[in-house]
Amino acid sequence: MLVEQIAVFLENKSGRLAEITAVLAENDINIRALSVADTADFGILRLIVDKVERAKTVLKEHGFTVGKTSVIAVEVADRTGGLAHVLKCIKEAEINVEYMYAFVNKTGENAVLIFRFEKMEEAIEALRREGFTILSKEQIYAL
Amino acid sequence: MYWQKEQECLSRPELAKLQLARLRTTLKRVATNVPFYRNRFQELHLDPEKLTSLEMLGDYPFTLKQDLRDNYPYGLFAVPLRDVVRVHSSSGTTGVATVVGYSRGDIETWSDLVARVLCGAGVTSDDVIQIAFGYGLFTGGFGLHYGAERLGASVIPISAGNTKRQIQIMQDFKSTALVCTPSYALKMADVMMDMGINPNGLSLRYGLFGAEPWSEAMRREINERLGIRATDNYGLSEVMGPGVAGECEECQGLHINEDHFYVEVLNPDTLEPVLPGEVGELVLTTLTKEAFPVIRYRTRDLTRLIPEPCPCGRTLVRMSRVLGRTDDMLIIKGVNVFPTQIEAVLFAIEGTEPHYRLIVDRENNEDRLTVQVEVIESMLFDEMKKQRALVETIKKRLASELGIGVEVKLVEERSLERFNGKGARVIDNRRL
Repeated sequence: MLVEQIAVFLENKSGRLAEITAVLAENDINIRALSVADTADFGILRLIVDKVERAKTVLKEHGFTVGKTSVIAVEVADRTGGLAHVLKCIKEAEINVEYMYAFVNKTGENAVLIFRFEKMEEAIEALRREGFTILSKEQIYAL
Repeated sequence: MYWQKEQECLSRPELAKLQLARLRTTLKRVATNVPFYRNRFQELHLDPEKLTSLEMLGDYPFTLKQDLRDNYPYGLFAVPLRDVVRVHSSSGTTGVATVVGYSRGDIETWSDLVARVLCGAGVTSDDVIQIAFGYGLFTGGFGLHYGAERLGASVIPISAGNTKRQIQIMQDFKSTALVCTPSYALKMADVMMDMGINPNGLSLRYGLFGAEPWSEAMRREINERLGIRATDNYGLSEVMGPGVAGECEECQGLHINEDHFYVEVLNPDTLEPVLPGEVGELVLTTLTKEAFPVIRYRTRDLTRLIPEPCPCGRTLVRMSRVLGRTDDMLIIKGVNVFPTQIEAVLFAIEGTEPHYRLIVDRENNEDRLTVQVEVIESMLFDEMKKQRALVETIKKRLASELGIGVEVKLVEERSLERFNGKGARVIDNRRL
């Protein structure tokens, strides 16, 4: 039930993000979702792509430092309170969110929330108990 | 002005004769009293009795900083500890410190040699000397202190730090001479400005600076801003401390106290003497030290000798200011920093690999060290919290290892130049 996410180290200098996206485009890799966490000196780019291993390989070939981590993708209806509902469940299970980002899928009906929790297994259980839809790798990559 | 005119103006042939006699005595003493030297001399079949010219010292082995460390703490002392009246130590930032000892006679000599340096710079018994070098195991504070007292000047042993108080005391006590590092002198000038004190209103006339590399440009700036005459002096604890060499009022190089130290300038690669006036590594042999003689000590400092006679009348040869180091040691905020220390710290932190570069800047007369570290996969986290924690860990460990605060900056993999020589790891932007 875990989705693979790649993380790329970025120095804060112009053109780095453009370079990454160009490399991915050249290799026919589609970005599903991304987020950037940054400080004054550097940033960490997190990406969900349709071809994880390929993306990792080509970015490394271009000199980027790339890591891979697992995240959870939760699908909720795209309406008021969707995210609040998920977070309430997580809070009640006493699980911390390390980071999260979200995107709305093509049809516009559902939002996909990408989470990194402190306790991944427990989070999956809690979300399942509440009846949330957790997307598989295949589902995410096919979106 | 001379402190010991007879010795400082000795004719060169007479000096050579004196040096040869003292050198032979020193070699005989260490061969008798220090197993380290005795063994090495025996291995090479060297008999100090047979030394008939100064050039023959070239057959003798060098002494390295590592030899001092290997014999920590008292292994190279040439007198029993009961005859040692003082012990000093160099900043042991690379792990093992080095320890040096002084007999009563050594302290006498040392005081006179520092008095020579002070006197040469124009200081007299009428002066009030503010010694802003640290007092302690470092030779700077006590070395200058004893010399200044020997000269008969009024000594203010204020030690290092607390700049505002330094300036207050300088003003109230009417200090006429300042002893510190050249960068600290500039820092004082900055703080005076902040405090609204006009340096021209002070009694300060002389500055005796040492213990770190500096330049003519810095000298000009110090002279202009503090309204003084700054002179350079040189020494190292392994050989004695301050008092090895100092500038006279001509400010055209530092007179080496050759009646107490035999000087060689060698090509650091071939270890052969350079041509007169060429740059090379300074190698010193003590000629009169009792407790801690050193034979052919490789200082790692690069300089050149100035063979022409000095207008001041001293016959003692001059050396140029220290032009650099043969190894890659950096002196940052007066602390010795070796890139190998940084490498070791990075190695010790799990997941890190030592692809790094050191950048040294000097801002507002304060040195700043930035360590750039390449991020490899094992050092990359998707969570910013962990990424920043890694930076903090590196920072803390480096600070505790080096004894100075450092900035740590993560950079992309392979963004730092690869190099063959050590020097490329360091970018020193300080304009000395």
